[in-house]
Amino acid sequence: MMRRSIWPALLLVILLGYPFVFSTPFQQRLGALVLLYAIAASSWNIVGGYAGQVSVGHVVYFGCGAYAAMGAYAHFGLSPLVGLPAGIVLAVAISAIVGVPTLRLSGHYFSMATIAVAELIRLVVTNTDYLGAAVGLSGPTVPRNIFDLSFISALPYYYLFLAVLAITLAITWWMTNSRMGFYLRAIRDSERAARSLGAPASRVKLYAFMLSAGLTSVAGALYAMMFGFVDPESGLGILISVKILIMAALGGAGLLFGPLVGAAILVPLEEISNSLLGGKGAGLTFVVYGAIIVLIARFQPGGILTLIKRQLERRAGPQAKDAQAVATGAGHAP
Amino acid sequence: MSFVLVQVIVGGLLLGAVYALFSSGLTLVWGMMNIVNFAHGDFVMLGMYAAFVVFTLFGVGPLAGVPFATLLLAALGVVVYFALIRGIMKGPMLAQILGTFGLALLLRYSVFWWFGADFLSLPQNIVGGTFAFWGLRIEAARLLAGVVALVVTLGLHLLLTRTALGSKMLAVAEDATAAQLMGIRPDTMQAIAWAIAAGATGLAGALIATFFYIVPTVGETLGIVAFVTVSLGGFGSVPGALLAGLLIGVIESLSGYLIGAVYKDIVVYALFLSFLWFRPQGLMGKT
Repeated sequence: MMRRSIWPALLLVILLGYPFVFSTPFQQRLGALVLLYAIAASSWNIVGGYAGQVSVGHVVYFGCGAYAAMGAYAHFGLSPLVGLPAGIVLAVAISAIVGVPTLRLSGHYFSMATIAVAELIRLVVTNTDYLGAAVGLSGPTVPRNIFDLSFISALPYYYLFLAVLAITLAITWWMTNSRMGFYLRAIRDSERAARSLGAPASRVKLYAFMLSAGLTSVAGALYAMMFGFVDPESGLGILISVKILIMAALGGAGLLFGPLVGAAILVPLEEISNSLLGGKGAGLTFVVYGAIIVLIARFQPGGILTLIKRQLERRAGPQAKDAQAVATGAGHAP
Repeated sequence: MSFVLVQVIVGGLLLGAVYALFSSGLTLVWGMMNIVNFAHGDFVMLGMYAAFVVFTLFGVGPLAGVPFATLLLAALGVVVYFALIRGIMKGPMLAQILGTFGLALLLRYSVFWWFGADFLSLPQNIVGGTFAFWGLRIEAARLLAGVVALVVTLGLHLLLTRTALGSKMLAVAEDATAAQLMGIRPDTMQAIAWAIAAGATGLAGALIATFFYIVPTVGETLGIVAFVTVSLGGFGSVPGALLAGLLIGVIESLSGYLIGAVYKDIVVYALFLSFLWFRPQGLMGKT
């Protein structure tokens, strides 16, 4: 029992202490961004990793949260926080509408359909004046009170994001150990076999998709609050989907802490290359992203955590297996 | 029917033939290996830049640029097959999707990094002026692109159905192990398929470079056009891709003309989704 909980506890201590050790504004902002992307990637992980349905259109749900948060302020003068539940409802509703027909499609077809949905919605929003068209929507420039969640320092965001990430991971952990988690793993390994044994595949996949969409919209709302605005590129651009997906896959799709590890590697990489290379660096960052994904797909489809896990098991022998399995999220049956 | 409408339809058909050409490449590798190349549109983009580079460096037009882009992309196709596709083909679905998706990003942003995000274009009259047939005005560049694309797509269909090479490729698609027992090397056939598929994108890219805007992200739109074409025409069917390509070209032109240019992509995406939902097997394909 001790062994099982030592890794997450250690991680929590590191994450709580990070802003004190790395206390410059740049480092705190970096930490907050890592956590933010970790929230989005962990949410994607529920449907992409555990259920094995590779959605490339998750930015739609990210955008729901971001637009709802900014819309609450821009149209009704309310705190962006009020928009957050609205964003969740919207994301879950859209994911249900999109999920019912597209989750029937297997593998590549599902991925393509999600891309098309995302691009379709981006184009529609870009041409909708109510949603700010190409310019987007802005949040409060000067915070009226604390509920506007508009801070100059990144520190409040850091702890807010940490709390949300903890909730997201707790939900994921709970889900993987519930009946639904077992169904999802069975479906990912072989949908036909799972169906023939009586797993309600369509329903379970849809629930996972809706849960994942709702959590992703929270990440979108938090993103918009931190940056104070959303436009079609930052809220609905396909590259956001791609980033989310790559982080999860790099760390380890289908593992509880995989997305966090992926975000902790890629976000600093992107921020540092942007600050070193300026505008020209934006292109180079995605060249590196592309190269990383190709290499991962080619040589280590399980992600970095799978690689580390295998190395540790080889070195430590079978008794360490239990602790590792829990630390990386592949928990045993309760 | 009004005269402008005829003009719009003819323009759509000519562009549609080019869509059909590069979509045939996508449908070929898809049907043969069950691999979806998410970098397909970016291959077309590379073909466009290849034609652009040939022009800026040597000052020669499509006559040199088109063969160069075709050969370059065909070579790239073989490299991609051996370096990446062969390794991920038998892997998990996530690896397959990530592999070609990563390739798309790598190509798109390498070009972005090198050439910048500016819209480039070739000189307007590089192919010749504008023809007039019975009052229809057609740019020579579009006419050339459409006719060449149509001929090559038909040639590709004949190659696949009427030659020994085509039969061998079909045999590998049906059952790689059985084909191997008959003395056909699946690796060679699949590499040839990738060379053809990528070569077709290079050719198509160099052809549309004469009248299309050239920008690193053009591959995203063109890639989706290829997906729409393939899903409409049926996965693995070249005649299906031809018919669907022409149809999409016309639908795109008509909706651009009737509703407005911004909405033409929306119409194409919506069409794609409705086809995936209601008729996943396409117009002519098997399931």
